[in-house]
Amino acid sequence: MADVSVAGFTADKGRRLSVTGLKKALAPWALPIVLLILWELATRTGLVNARLMPAPSTVAVAFWRALVDGSLIYHTLASTQRALIGLVIGGGLGFIIGIANGLWKPAETLLDSTLQMVRNIPHLALIPLVILWFGIGETPKIFLVAIGVFFPIYINTFYGVRTIDPQLVEMASVYGLDRKALIRRIILPGALPSILVGLRYALGFMWLTLIVAETISAPSGIGYMTMNAREFLQTDVMLLGIIVYALLGKGADVATRAIERRVLVWHPAYQTGEGVTQ
Amino acid sequence: MSAIVTATARHPETLAGGLPISLSHVGKSFGQISVLEHFNLEVPAGQFLAVVGRSGGGKSTLMRLIAGLDAATAGRVAIDGHTIDRLHPSVRLLFQEARLVPWQSTLENVGIARGPDWQETARRTLADVGLEGREAAWPSVLSGGQRQRVALARALVSHPQILLLDEPFGALDALTRIEMHRLLERIWIERRFTTVLITHDVAEAVALADRVIVLREGTIALDIAVNLERPRQELADPSAVELQRQILDAV
Repeated sequence: MADVSVAGFTADKGRRLSVTGLKKALAPWALPIVLLILWELATRTGLVNARLMPAPSTVAVAFWRALVDGSLIYHTLASTQRALIGLVIGGGLGFIIGIANGLWKPAETLLDSTLQMVRNIPHLALIPLVILWFGIGETPKIFLVAIGVFFPIYINTFYGVRTIDPQLVEMASVYGLDRKALIRRIILPGALPSILVGLRYALGFMWLTLIVAETISAPSGIGYMTMNAREFLQTDVMLLGIIVYALLGKGADVATRAIERRVLVWHPAYQTGEGVTQ
Repeated sequence: MSAIVTATARHPETLAGGLPISLSHVGKSFGQISVLEHFNLEVPAGQFLAVVGRSGGGKSTLMRLIAGLDAATAGRVAIDGHTIDRLHPSVRLLFQEARLVPWQSTLENVGIARGPDWQETARRTLADVGLEGREAAWPSVLSGGQRQRVALARALVSHPQILLLDEPFGALDALTRIEMHRLLERIWIERRFTTVLITHDVAEAVALADRVIVLREGTIALDIAVNLERPRQELADPSAVELQRQILDAV
């Protein structure tokens, strides 16, 4: 009986895809496209000062120029590298401490209240100090990114471990799972949805921190590119920098969603027609 | 009410698959509230015992004590003559909820303790509870009855000698419940593990058990043998109805 309903579901889905699939895929882009057209019109008609707010076509030309001379890729890679190093350091620490505090009461007693206190300091407020400590090289930027991503990952990992269903833990002990198996098979996978939420927040903080850090002082990166463009009043390049940030943020979000779909296949919220027939 | 209760129903042909359970002068209190006091119960090896009573009558406490999930505050709980102070390896427990691990497939859930050849053993046990071909399914796509079948397979896979059932069919619809009764009875007849079924459903108790005790305010208000033919037909026997009436009076 289950097979019949599943077959019906997939057939129905296939039909809908062929008829309205295109419309559905395009729908999220409708608003941005309309806005772009209005923006172009506004600058062309002189409604908006093109010097302060260049038209999309001008930005597109700037994009092409930066792409051809290689500077766009160079700066994007520089930024991405800092972002990822910071993410690995801060996120890794957040994950480890989150797991430790979630599993081991003494660690929580020792660390959690301090971390909760520190968490409320806006990490960007540390910039003047960080420049004093580390100068203006790579270290301060990576440091700030690491702090920015640490807390969302820490808090969500800790929360994920703590909110594991105690009934499952009891079941596991009745069925003879030792501590290692309990952590690997019950606690870590159970905390994963929450950890991934933390990762998504962390990626947001990652780019945000990096933009600010790079605008203050950097020899490369999107932030540098934008600040440099300001010196020469290249508003088109400044806008381009902002758009690149938006795209990088979107890319990070798409990547986490892909990870979620992959590792949370068991979750009812991520199950597709094919998952059901398994 | 602290007389030692002896088994009144026996199936002499096979008693090999189970272990005896013995509770003597067991007390259990939570702070000031005493749930069980000087409680005595002997469950012979291989017996199918049903414990009936209202909620708060101490049924679940009794079961958690036998399972070794909680420790008695007084007296002694023994399995096969040995006092237990923790989980006994040959005791398995079915909870009210199936408690399947959502991120493990049906097969992985049954083989939760892993061990050698767990996949093959789990596959065979799943087939035994009628879930052949569902090995790869996630628990979230199974029906309530199927989930309890998986939980039953998970309990049976290690060949337990004592099976404790804490109202495992309470949340199922009537038809699925009857199916589960038939399945459990069939497997019990094959394996003869000692079984303690906690239930508030008198008909269920009479349909499955050799012996029914009624638990009221921490004491045994009724201890009655159910000598009906197996496999049993749901309510077919007029003496079953009479037994049910008797038990209901005691509850």
